[in-house]
Amino acid sequence: MNRMSTYAPETSLERGIERLRAQIDARVATWFSSCVHCGLCAEACHFYAETGDPRYTPIHKLAPLKKVWRQEYTFFGRLARKLGISEPLDEQDFADWEELVYDACTLCGRCTMVCPVGNDITAMLRKQREGFAAAGYAPEGLKGATRRTVEVGSPMGLTWKALEAQIRHVERETGLGVPVDREGADYLALLSSLEIMGYPEYIGAITRILHRAGVSWTLSSRAFEATNSGIQIGDADVARELLQRVFDAAESLGVKNIISPECGHAYTAIRWESAGLLGREVPYRIIHIVELLDELKRAGRLPTAGRTGVRVTFHDPCNLVRKGGVVDEPRRLLEAVAADVVEGPDSGVMNWCCGGGGGVSANERAEGLRLAAFRRKKAQFETLGVEAVVTACANCRNILEEGIEHYAMDVEVMGLTELLAEYLAEDGQGDAVAG
Amino acid sequence: MTSFILGPLWTFSLLVFCLGVAWRIVAILALGFPRDPASPRGSGLAGGLAGLLRRSWPRNGVGRKNLLPVIAGYAFHLGLFALLFFAAPHVRFLDHYLPGPGWTPMPRWGFVIAAELAFAGLILLWLRRVMHPVTRLLSSLDDHLAAGLTFLAMFTGCLALYESFTGLRVLHVFAVELLLLYFPFSHLMHAFTLFMGRAATGARAARHGVGA
Ligand code: SF4
Ligand code: SF4
Repeated sequence: MNRMSTYAPETSLERGIERLRAQIDARVATWFSSCVHCGLCAEACHFYAETGDPRYTPIHKLAPLKKVWRQEYTFFGRLARKLGISEPLDEQDFADWEELVYDACTLCGRCTMVCPVGNDITAMLRKQREGFAAAGYAPEGLKGATRRTVEVGSPMGLTWKALEAQIRHVERETGLGVPVDREGADYLALLSSLEIMGYPEYIGAITRILHRAGVSWTLSSRAFEATNSGIQIGDADVARELLQRVFDAAESLGVKNIISPECGHAYTAIRWESAGLLGREVPYRIIHIVELLDELKRAGRLPTAGRTGVRVTFHDPCNLVRKGGVVDEPRRLLEAVAADVVEGPDSGVMNWCCGGGGGVSANERAEGLRLAAFRRKKAQFETLGVEAVVTACANCRNILEEGIEHYAMDVEVMGLTELLAEYLAEDGQGDAVAG
Repeated sequence: MTSFILGPLWTFSLLVFCLGVAWRIVAILALGFPRDPASPRGSGLAGGLAGLLRRSWPRNGVGRKNLLPVIAGYAFHLGLFALLFFAAPHVRFLDHYLPGPGWTPMPRWGFVIAAELAFAGLILLWLRRVMHPVTRLLSSLDDHLAAGLTFLAMFTGCLALYESFTGLRVLHVFAVELLLLYFPFSHLMHAFTLFMGRAATGARAARHGVGA
């Protein structure tokens, strides 16, 4: 398959069907065979929960992939196809479902958590995107982001020069050097373009924190971007190429560990999907920045002094909790720097998505639906009566800020890493004890 | 006709059921489970086993908000299980075919409760299926056929309870045969695949450090 088709304007039905067919493995066949059409997954999805539109039922979003499975892997499906009484998947199906596949799904993983028969609906939705991307039925915003990531190196079209400018700025502000291309460093830190452009204070925060903890780290001028548009649009070839860039840089620098930035999908891509995509074990320890900070804090290498008195809650990024099990780490860190932390019944592993993951934030067409789904977050924050929300994902942060502004709410959004950096104790001060 | 239903058709139905189920499972397994070479955060085996149980009640608000399908689902499945394995005629039937000492059937009042639970559950689930916009959208002919055949098998089973009239017993056997013949080609297969699905999802989640 010609992978450039993912972001080329033309469509290809054959390529799409072929790619969908290739997604059907024993797990998919098991899950489709098991579905009892109970509809419980609908209740878990913020798009259904806030609109009441049954089309947003997670398993319904998988109708195209299911059609291919039915017609090719089931007795009656094959029979009906042979007799010509069932319609094969056509361009119209792709056109009709594109919105459900990309605008109305953030790949948040909530539906998977509730299915009584154990269907990993999210994994299937991720797989289905492979077929849609190959067929050319993907939103323009995501196609553009994918093209820029492959051609320029970042979904926002950001070059090393732009990052270099931010680095200079951070160095002036912190008085610390930001290590670049340092061979033999222990850790290679990755960033997401949203952090670089929208929240450059994140770079300042990790510089201060890692310096304070005495961590040997570096950025790479060859591979600084961790956002993986290949994962978001559903193009394994692009995803693989982007991951390979990082691993090539890691190898040339001789690092042992790779730090995933806050960005949830970047974390899932490099931590959980990279080995499967490359077909081999990855010879690096890959760790999310929050996991590393928690390790350092517990080892007494990140003493903090003082805590904010603002009433806060933690917004769990979906990829961290439902794809990486990173639930306790951010809480331990937050408790160390915030005195009034509140949790809701859905906090943690079942937290509601911000509505902008899975490439939805790069898809302008989806904005109205995204803001409608945000009402779920609004209700969550209002019930908890918080003054601020802390999160550990630049994309979540951006989407939360937009939603809060849209609904004219009086809630501040903070980055966990930045908050931690703010309360970092000066040398010789603070609690060097585990938080 | 009676001898055909109780003889060759019964053997044929049982054969189709057993071979069909085995064929479906082998065909699924033949597609291959992908290996996940990412270094795990937890044990896949333990997660797979935990996954078998963990899905028995929907998480958080989803269970509370959907008490009807959850309770009706339990009523139907538990009632059906009790009828299938503890109704006196079934115990005698299984005793005849299976080795071992057999087991005690449930009393008549147990049968009545199990049948009421199973019927109420099945009917409520079907009513929800046709009335709730989500399940109405999701449901296919297969779901209605499966529900209809199950209802028929249960209904004729109640009619034949005292085996006082051979015709009713034959009718029940015939209804069960239809169900057995349809089973491997339908969503009724979830009775087997759900354990595979729960285990696969639980194992993957546990490898990622997630309890799912
Ligand atoms: S919750 Fe699971 S079984 Fe029920 S409709 Fe959704 S995917 Fe199917
Ligand atoms: S992954 Fe999240 S957004 Fe997508 S269908 Fe499931 S619950 Fe909805």
